[in-house]
Amino acid sequence: MSKNVYVFAEQRDGNIQKVAYELVGKARELADTLDEKVYAVLVGQGMETKADSLVAAGADGVVLVQDEMLAEYTTEAYTKAVVEVIKAKEPEIFLIGATAIGRDLAPRVSARIHTGLTADCTGLAIDEASRNLLMTRPAFGGNIMATIVCENHRPQMATVRPGVMKALTADNTRTGEIEELKVEFSAADMPVELVEVIKEEKAVADITEAKILVSGGRGMNDAENFNALLNPLAEVLGGVVSGSRGAVDAGWIDHECQVGQTGKTVRPDLYLACGISGAIQHVAGMEGAEYIVAVDKNDGAPIFDIADLGVVGNVDTLLPKLAEAIKEYKEGK
Amino acid sequence: MKIVVCVKQVPDTTEVRLDPVTNTLIRDGVPSIINPDDKAGIEAALRIKEEVGGTVTIVSMGPAQADVALREALAMGADDAILISDRAFGGADTWATSSTIAAALKKLDYDLIITGRQAIDGDTAQVGPQIAEHLGIPQISYVEDIKVEDGTLLVKRKFEDRSHLLRAKLPCLLTCLSELNESRYMSIGGIFRAYKKDVQVWGLEDMKDTVDMANIGLKGSPTRVRKSFTKQAKGAGEKINVPEDEAVSIIVSRLAEKHLI
Repeated sequence: MSKNVYVFAEQRDGNIQKVAYELVGKARELADTLDEKVYAVLVGQGMETKADSLVAAGADGVVLVQDEMLAEYTTEAYTKAVVEVIKAKEPEIFLIGATAIGRDLAPRVSARIHTGLTADCTGLAIDEASRNLLMTRPAFGGNIMATIVCENHRPQMATVRPGVMKALTADNTRTGEIEELKVEFSAADMPVELVEVIKEEKAVADITEAKILVSGGRGMNDAENFNALLNPLAEVLGGVVSGSRGAVDAGWIDHECQVGQTGKTVRPDLYLACGISGAIQHVAGMEGAEYIVAVDKNDGAPIFDIADLGVVGNVDTLLPKLAEAIKEYKEGK
Repeated sequence: MKIVVCVKQVPDTTEVRLDPVTNTLIRDGVPSIINPDDKAGIEAALRIKEEVGGTVTIVSMGPAQADVALREALAMGADDAILISDRAFGGADTWATSSTIAAALKKLDYDLIITGRQAIDGDTAQVGPQIAEHLGIPQISYVEDIKVEDGTLLVKRKFEDRSHLLRAKLPCLLTCLSELNESRYMSIGGIFRAYKKDVQVWGLEDMKDTVDMANIGLKGSPTRVRKSFTKQAKGAGEKINVPEDEAVSIIVSRLAEKHLI
């Protein structure tokens, strides 16, 4: 009998990724509706000391799978680890972050277990009548939304992009059981040899972590304008610069800083959209922001349909004044 | 090297618009294209063939119209093309789609299978890895560089914050990013050759020794779509069209009210 909500707690270099806490937060809500429990699955090496943080984030327990071979992500070894957990625990629901790792791992696991998998869900809920998981995701470049169910196979598997769900506030008084599941690994579990791990040299800011994003689109006109107008504004706001697909395709900003359907999903406290028309693909990645301010010269730009404050104006002249005014305000405070 | 590239014909989603009145997708007149990541896969295969020799076979699953996509791949320089097409395969989710494609691939002799990372209409990135699992071969997804060395592959795989340099023996499956290369255009001679060649069409009957009826089509799909809908736009807030200095002071006061500055 399948039971409980499991979350794959992705770690890199021993650091549990933010998306893991977000998924635990969502899993808590789903499990409470089902009157079941939340378990995080932590795969890696030397992770014992990190497991408590998942309990503090809302998990009832953590299942650890550890081996030297699991220190760095590889497809087959991680698939084996997760499949063994699923076989031993028979989860009702299994959630994985839709990162480059999660999107490699989840389909492999679902194919081996023979269950359904729904990618990049933006909404998860329990159907009251059937107790099935309702998995809602965008399709056609964000133009339509589909609600998917997996009725006859378990676990019901879904991936969720980082930034879509909200983590709970950590509660260090929570207690949970940490269990180590023994899985034997051999050379056969490493059919592809990991020759080298190349860390990104460029320290690109993680836009999914930023509280304030100053984002530019095609309306910024050129690379020089993009940088000269947005960087000072981000600096005075204590934020980070991001861009729309148009800005990334034009080469004004790195792909890692792209917001939208083909980029990242962000939910900052403030999203300042500058010269972004607000194509549906872009909106899909930022509509979860707490407060959206949009500046664009086109009165009919769709970004104004979702902005909390829409300003029809010229970014070239307005943004420098805005940076100056914010600076003055902060100094006067 | 015998290379098979799996491609999907997709509507150009950047051209898809919503009908403002009915709020439904307008698909009429939307051009069909080879999925961009898959096109990079075709190009990668052709380059490997040029370097070490071999054959490039294109496989696609879809309706009869997908013939056009296969002809385009032939015109780019692929050797053969197979269209997996049968009503029995329709309505498949990624699990059933990958089972069906894997059943077709089991009938072929291959060293390397290349797929795109994801299709722009579904964005799932699931079919490639699921095919690899059904075939019991290793996968490397998110590939941004491929080198062939002494019959093995040296592959760079991209993550958000790092890359892995991986060495894989054959057979294996790669899912590649559209950034992997600039794909070539069809040549005039290639277009002529493409329309002289036969695109093989494989139906259920042609695959009956490798296909499991329980794993195909709508019935073989673990997931199903309960409903689809267009997104409710978040209500618009306040929009102002006032002189610049006034606009700036309104923005500043709103940010201050929200304790954002």
